[in-house]
Amino acid sequence: MSKTLFEMSRKGRRGFRFADEPAAGPVDVAREYLRKAPPRLPEVSEPGVVRHFTELSVRNHHIDKNLYPLGSCTMKYNPKVNEDVASMKGFAGLHPEQMGTDVQGALEVIYTLEKQLCGIVGMDAFSLNTAAGAHGELVGMMIAKKYFQDRGESRSKVLVADSAHGTNPASVQMVGYHDQAVPSAKDGEVDMDVLNSSLDKDTAVLMLTVPNTLGIFESRIGEILELAHARGALCYMDGANLNALLGWARPGDFGFDMMHVNLHKTFSTPHGGGGPGSGPIGVKESLARFLPVPRVRKVGKRFRFDDDNPDSVGAIHSFYGNFGIYLRALCYIVRHGAEGLRRVAATANLNANYLASELAELFPIPYGKRCMHEFVASGESFRAHGVRTLDIAKRLLDFGYHAPTIYFPMVVREAIMIEPTETESKETLDHFVTVMKQIAREAVEDPDLLKGAPYNTPVRRLDEATANRKPILAAPLNCPEA
Amino acid sequence: MPYLYHTDEDRRSMLQAMGLTSEEELFDGIPSKYRMNETLPIGPGFSEFETIRHFEALAGRNSAAGDMVSFLGGGIYDHVVPSAVNHLSARSEFYTAYTPYQAEVSQGTLQVIFEYQTMISRLTGLPVANASMYDAATALAESALMAAKATGRSRLLFSENINPRYQQVLTTYVTQQELELTPLPATADGGIDDAVLRKSLGDDVAGVVVQTPNYFGVLESPWRYRDAIREAGALLVVAVDPLSLALFQPPGEYGADIAVGEGQGLGNHPNFGGPLLGFMACDQKYIRSLPGRLVSETRDIDGKRAYTLTLQTREQHIRRGKATSNICTNQGLVALRSTIYMALLGETGFHQLGGICHAKAHRLASMITSCAGYSLRYPGPFFREFVVRCPVDAQLIVDDARASGILAGIPLAKYFGDDSRNDLLIAVTEKRTEDDFNRLCDLLRKT
Repeated sequence: MSKTLFEMSRKGRRGFRFADEPAAGPVDVAREYLRKAPPRLPEVSEPGVVRHFTELSVRNHHIDKNLYPLGSCTMKYNPKVNEDVASMKGFAGLHPEQMGTDVQGALEVIYTLEKQLCGIVGMDAFSLNTAAGAHGELVGMMIAKKYFQDRGESRSKVLVADSAHGTNPASVQMVGYHDQAVPSAKDGEVDMDVLNSSLDKDTAVLMLTVPNTLGIFESRIGEILELAHARGALCYMDGANLNALLGWARPGDFGFDMMHVNLHKTFSTPHGGGGPGSGPIGVKESLARFLPVPRVRKVGKRFRFDDDNPDSVGAIHSFYGNFGIYLRALCYIVRHGAEGLRRVAATANLNANYLASELAELFPIPYGKRCMHEFVASGESFRAHGVRTLDIAKRLLDFGYHAPTIYFPMVVREAIMIEPTETESKETLDHFVTVMKQIAREAVEDPDLLKGAPYNTPVRRLDEATANRKPILAAPLNCPEA
Repeated sequence: MPYLYHTDEDRRSMLQAMGLTSEEELFDGIPSKYRMNETLPIGPGFSEFETIRHFEALAGRNSAAGDMVSFLGGGIYDHVVPSAVNHLSARSEFYTAYTPYQAEVSQGTLQVIFEYQTMISRLTGLPVANASMYDAATALAESALMAAKATGRSRLLFSENINPRYQQVLTTYVTQQELELTPLPATADGGIDDAVLRKSLGDDVAGVVVQTPNYFGVLESPWRYRDAIREAGALLVVAVDPLSLALFQPPGEYGADIAVGEGQGLGNHPNFGGPLLGFMACDQKYIRSLPGRLVSETRDIDGKRAYTLTLQTREQHIRRGKATSNICTNQGLVALRSTIYMALLGETGFHQLGGICHAKAHRLASMITSCAGYSLRYPGPFFREFVVRCPVDAQLIVDDARASGILAGIPLAKYFGDDSRNDLLIAVTEKRTEDDFNRLCDLLRKT
């Protein structure tokens, strides 16, 4: 294993120097304010830093290397031109406190992307200020709260499908609402009877993911949303799976009042090893006045920020959200155009269905005759050989693939959730099927092989139990130097 | 179509393998009344060349601070970004990777987070740092919620000297949960009043939230009221400028329970205010209430050192509604950039940078106060940012300066109304030169 920066450190090495270094004199501030000794940052040369991070980087799986079939994560190719656009000096060098006349191009980017997203999902207004999908959900719940306060109603329950992402119930709790799970029926869709009995006067919001995390489009969506509306609830869509619908259907047309979009999924902005993402929230006209401040307005030919909105839920980010991510997403939309986006969804669904049909014999798919952009298979049949889905996932790593999402959603036993995305070739999908078939064979013939996997990765299975019991969250202050 | 592989023949053979004849059939699950008949209202696609030209034109309608003499701060600073930061963070092994849930093939990202956590811990003097939050404002808001959760109490005291934008976000978050906020007013010297703070404490107070240096650049002295807060059973939450920690007492040293801050200045471009980097560190006691991801060192089954996400039962993907927060996606790539930046500077470089910014800011402050009619608004000690009281409306100065390619600072009336009409917040980084200072002062003398 490679050394940490702290172990590489050697007093006196420098990776960067400033022009005016000798100019810094003694600090003329009362002693009580001063730090006793500077923070112990590692001392490394520039080539040392470059080699260190390069060495670390190659220990990662990443989408430029190979298939990354994580269900509900939409690990599609991240176009290179996006990065060029985001790093243009006229964007990256903008300070958020610059005056409006200096940032007209940036405001136009925000304004245009909001409009494009409205058109793509069928909402009337968007705020881009939310920095991630979960942040969008949170603001959605804040908007619901404002809406009901405004109407003098007190409601506090949010119905969330049991197959929903964990962020949904967590976002609900953040605003002081409580979540109640709606179980899936036998067909993997929302159980209408339970929904009917759960939707009461206390229900503020019905929160659904469409297509759901089983990759199934809720065939009764119109009926579901009408029922919720009839009981006075608002309907929120988690847009994590929007990639399946682009250009073919619009959540606003189904009747959703609000939704968020994950620019880092559907619109190809990179995941960055965990972030930054962007989770714009879109709403219907009647809820637009509750959107976070500031908003961008167009007055004549000029764009300006508007902070003045007494009905708004308030500010939810230091400035205007993850602007650098908007550029990449807008670039993606501009490159594709209407027809291109429609081809994206068709190809994503084609790839998922093709993979599902090739794998179903060995890895049954309990829900759905046909899927959309993703599907959930089950590895349960291999339990008889003592092999779990986790073992199958780990074995896949040996073949140069990232593992699918596993054990989610919980409605499928030993779940293997696969989303290939549209940017994979038939050859890649066929090879993946060949590998999965080999693993299925190994599971029967040599289960211990799987239980010990992976073997070819930078490290093998980890001792997570000890890490949980006695976490080591930082390098020791006195590590031995190089 | 850009970025797609399939030939027509590929599509045909894949459909055929499934017994389908057209891609339309893949959408059969969507009731026909919800299928779109019209084309999306977004126009046709552009070639790559057209796209670049399009965005160059948009960028051309901006005048970037990076191309001017900028004294803008307020949480976002115009520092030199070393080339190696840009090049290393542009490695697609980093930026096209997902969250490191499969540790065996994510050791790069995981070790980076571990090194980042270590650096934030060393800067703040607190033992535990998470893998990042969206920005300082949301990190501050989440730390207030964390204090409420950890103490089971419902009121928070906060200094009115905190960045007004962070205060707005704090209010948005905290009021959702019926928690009460009590402001601590600013004193004439730009700090907060100890006596008022002590009087406001009570057994319902979960935490006291302060910022140092505060929005006006003035260094607070939380150690003076640390014991009173502790005796009242409340937590001390401090927002800090990370570069100030090169020179000034870190939160851990004076007994803060939680420290948060904005890491943009550590190797990141201003990006029109995002992506930013919220960092968050805390005392060991509060680790179970901490939001966000954590990476721990561990071993693999061969005994090799390795890194993994840990204590995930705090997080939403495991605990759902009972998680410490809803945060999932964070600011990983920005944290990577800051880790590279801090490694390049090292202990000596970081300390020197803090010293340079401090010295230059004080130099400019003394030059400005020797201009007739200009004075420092607050007498308290400052690091690299300060408020100047001008003889005229600060907006006039800002407008005049802009005409000469200088961004003079943030006119405070924007946030604090008419009483601050003549106040200008000025930030100085290592990029500003004596010549820049002379240009600004010439302008001030003329206005």
